Amino acid sequence: MSALPLDAEALYGDLLVGVRALVQPGSVLVGIWRGGAWLAERLHRDLQLSGEHGVITSALHRDDFSSRGLAASADPTRLPFEVEGRHIVLVDDVLFTGRTIRAVINELYDFGRPESVALVVLVDRGGRELPICAACSAARVTLPAGQRLRLARATDGRFSFELR
Amino acid sequence: MLARNNPQLNRHEELIHLLSIEGLPRAVLHHILDTAGTFLSVNEREVKKVPLLRGKSVFNLFFENSTRTRTTFEIAAKRLSADVINLDIARSSTAKGESLLDTIANLSAMHADMFVVRHGESGAPYLIAQHCAPHVHVVNAGDGRHAHPTQGLLDMYTIRHYKRDFRNLTVAVVGDIVHSRVARSDIHALTTLGVPEIRAVGPKTLVPGDLKEMGVQVCHDMSEGIRDADVIIMLRLQNERMSGAMLPSAGEFFKTYGLTAEKLALAKPDAIVMHPGPINRGVEIDSAVADGTQSVILPQVTFGIAVRMAVMSIIAGNTP
Repeated sequence: MSALPLDAEALYGDLLVGVRALVQPGSVLVGIWRGGAWLAERLHRDLQLSGEHGVITSALHRDDFSSRGLAASADPTRLPFEVEGRHIVLVDDVLFTGRTIRAVINELYDFGRPESVALVVLVDRGGRELPICAACSAARVTLPAGQRLRLARATDGRFSFELR
Repeated sequence: MLARNNPQLNRHEELIHLLSIEGLPRAVLHHILDTAGTFLSVNEREVKKVPLLRGKSVFNLFFENSTRTRTTFEIAAKRLSADVINLDIARSSTAKGESLLDTIANLSAMHADMFVVRHGESGAPYLIAQHCAPHVHVVNAGDGRHAHPTQGLLDMYTIRHYKRDFRNLTVAVVGDIVHSRVARSDIHALTTLGVPEIRAVGPKTLVPGDLKEMGVQVCHDMSEGIRDADVIIMLRLQNERMSGAMLPSAGEFFKTYGLTAEKLALAKPDAIVMHPGPINRGVEIDSAVADGTQSVILPQVTFGIAVRMAVMSIIAGNTP
């Protein structure tokens, strides 16, 4: 694990500006477990949105289930609002192949038919394997395919990146 | 490659079959219970189905009668998007003399991915697990007097749901313990999960003597057995497994070991009452208790679907 020359806190500030421009009346934030869930929680608070934000996991719709099995530690999806007819803004820390987003959209549809679904991410690292793109990303980076980049949250709530 | 000492686990200590709770690490049990929690919420969605077993065939092989267990396995497999084939074994080739392993070989040739097996002989699911193709998974749905691991796990899920922590509980298992594979699975699970006080309560003819070696307190006095208990697991009196007169009569049994409101008052005020079903009202449990506020018998059935979904999805996702 090593530190990446990316300032997660500064990027969060950029993401906040982007998401503020994107949300409309009736929008609801849904964070992808787990880094995206931290981001959604903080965005929801900083944007002073009404109601509650949601948390969603890709675990039950992953396309690599037969080779990787069931994730041991994913929190269950919690969507404390009607999905039907809502403008959903999915939030994730890192966008890579797009497979997690595909799985999460399937998971979302198990709860109803949203009016629209948009995606915002802190970092887009390229390498897409599916036709998925983010409406807003605070940074674009290029990394070797085998490296894993993810968000970490300190006890005081500050964000940083972990590279493995 | 199967682990040398436990055919249920692969070399990474991951579950590939569920044959018995005995010998499973605590972490595996917690993983199943945590995963079941996820699936419980799936059952409340608009779409009560996830695609984890899409394209897989689950064969329900019930060599003994069962309605509840077979149905909940079928619902669980269907909610995981599997194709489910129920075989009425009693009327099939086995009745014509085909051996168990020949039946399995034929079903494997039909591209089975998972066998859910109930059998009157202890150890039958082990035999199947040892002889089926490496990609096939086996779940024991009850074998003889030996084990009923998914019932044991759903009982643990129920206890954790209502009591949160296993490490300060007193659990009384009451009734026909000697014939009960549920009791054996429960006791192994309770021990593994760290329950400090487990009591086996029943008449001498129905409580095996070797339980003390498993760290279980044996009580032949009902009042003493359930006093201050947090959890009471009542067992069905298994007339069909009894040979000879082990009891004077069902009425006599109820008088001494049947759970009535009066006896339940001896347990902790927030004690829960469980029963694996089917219940014999007026034999091991009074209707007022079975239908009372402390009874969690019907939630057990609901949790059973989520637990079976968890077991099937975990083993299907692990390779030998």
